[in-house]
Amino acid sequence: MGEELRLPIAADVDVVEARQQGRALAAVAGFSSGEQTVIAAAISEIARNILMYAKKGEITLSLVQNGDRQGVSIIATDQGPGIPDIERAMQYGYSTSHGVGAGLPGAKRLMDEFNVDSVVGQGTTITMTKWRRAI
Amino acid sequence: MDTKKSMSVSTRASDPQTLSESSAGLLRELVAHLRQNRTQLREEWARRITRAELLTAMTEEEIFAEATAVYDNYVEALETGTFEALQAYSRRLSERIIPRGVETDEVVGIVLLLRDVLARSLFTKYQDNVEKLNRILDSYEPAANRIANTVAVGFVEERERIIRQQQEAIRELSTPVLQVRERLLILPIIGVIDPQRARQLTEQLLRAIRANRAKVVVIDVTGVAAMDSGVANHLVQTVEASRLLGATVIVTGLSPEIAQTLVTIGVDLSEMATVGDLQGGIEEAERLLADRAAPTTQVREIAPESSR
Amino acid sequence: MEVPILRQGQYLIASIQSALTDADLSHLREALIAQVGRSRCRGVIVDVTALDVMDSFAVRTLRDIAHMARLRGAETVIVGIQPDVAFAMVQLGLTLKGVATVLDLEEGLAFLTRRTEERYRETKPRRPSDRG
Repeated sequence: MGEELRLPIAADVDVVEARQQGRALAAVAGFSSGEQTVIAAAISEIARNILMYAKKGEITLSLVQNGDRQGVSIIATDQGPGIPDIERAMQYGYSTSHGVGAGLPGAKRLMDEFNVDSVVGQGTTITMTKWRRAI
Repeated sequence: MDTKKSMSVSTRASDPQTLSESSAGLLRELVAHLRQNRTQLREEWARRITRAELLTAMTEEEIFAEATAVYDNYVEALETGTFEALQAYSRRLSERIIPRGVETDEVVGIVLLLRDVLARSLFTKYQDNVEKLNRILDSYEPAANRIANTVAVGFVEERERIIRQQQEAIRELSTPVLQVRERLLILPIIGVIDPQRARQLTEQLLRAIRANRAKVVVIDVTGVAAMDSGVANHLVQTVEASRLLGATVIVTGLSPEIAQTLVTIGVDLSEMATVGDLQGGIEEAERLLADRAAPTTQVREIAPESSR
Repeated sequence: MEVPILRQGQYLIASIQSALTDADLSHLREALIAQVGRSRCRGVIVDVTALDVMDSFAVRTLRDIAHMARLRGAETVIVGIQPDVAFAMVQLGLTLKGVATVLDLEEGLAFLTRRTEERYRETKPRRPSDRG
């Protein structure tokens, strides 16, 4: 659909900004208030992950279309240390810092599509999409 | 050139890249013929539609206007071998005519009639050259069938979309959450619950808890025949979310099968307040409400820790 | 963003007014712990009505607050979780198990009052007839 928003993530105010922008975009796409909150929460988790592990990165939000379904796509990229064991990181409860964190597995549960690309020493790209249920 | 080759690619005739030179040339010739004779073929088609008593919900002018658009889209799909534009058009067309009461068999009927009209005109044009006629049909038929398919499927999908939309509207209107007395809500769940409906019920319940300042909610699943693990999980989420809003949930009417499903997904049934039937659940709820001084389940969970 | 903390009798009430960054949440936690430690506080209410999303950091912080407060003899209750927020939380798999949650400020005060009374009763020598 063309509408794309790139947001730098370098400080914790950016996390708040990212999820508020995510909510706004979800509203434009016609998501219900409950789903907007879910999208905002997923963005918050992923953005915080960037801050915690890579110190800085970027989140790109965009509207997407598939047939007659609209959706929101979120791409989070960073040039951080990368994730050594993606499978383990995706197991709920695993976290390399501070005990409980919903992080990746939590965000995955909220989204319809979720993909992690990571190379140790180079960085990580997380792509996730939520579709409005087709009516 | 060689009929064998053109026959082997006839199933993919609609994909320009796999066409051999002569097939591509035939297709161009075919499209040119359809364009040149557009007016008369279109009229023939409109006549046939009326004769077959299709699209009776529309006036002749309307039929003609739509026929023109369909015809042009049809020829373009034949020419380009791509069907996205046709698909999009089909949906838009369906959106227009479904509210007018046009049925699936009519839409399929008119597209097949157009296919026939065009085929007949090809027979007429190439009647002196049977071999060429066969090769033209090799290009035409698969594409024409795909077009009929595309239009029909587009129509059916649009119909289904509208039906879902109407069902959704009906669900929104019916508020299943009942307030029986102050601060006590009952949510009877009946029938088959799909994930979408489950989410909707949860949202409605949580809003109702807030609006009614409910302290106790009785969720009755007597009317639910079976529950897969997804929906069972959803029930657990609903109980947890209600707790976050300060409401205690009592689940009533759990059949042994559903109880088993819950156990299978890891629910500790001793943690979930359950009562056999709805009446019992309401009585328990009233006891909880009356006994304000008694600790609620929540408070039991935060009993003083041994660290003190 | 400083979260205002009011004192009401033996209770502290922290009213979150708008979206908080992680740093704001941490400051709130420190401020509450400090105040609970200073005064003879029996209860802490954190009002999250204004939060339109609660993620894992927010939940963790609230749990920390409740835990620290309890160590200093105070009960914590979280009030005002929005329906959408609650739903998103459970879908994310976040729980506030072990922390009291009620609908609003009024309920929060009523809860703390009941809890204080119960704890008072519990510290008295137990007789069989005391347990209802």
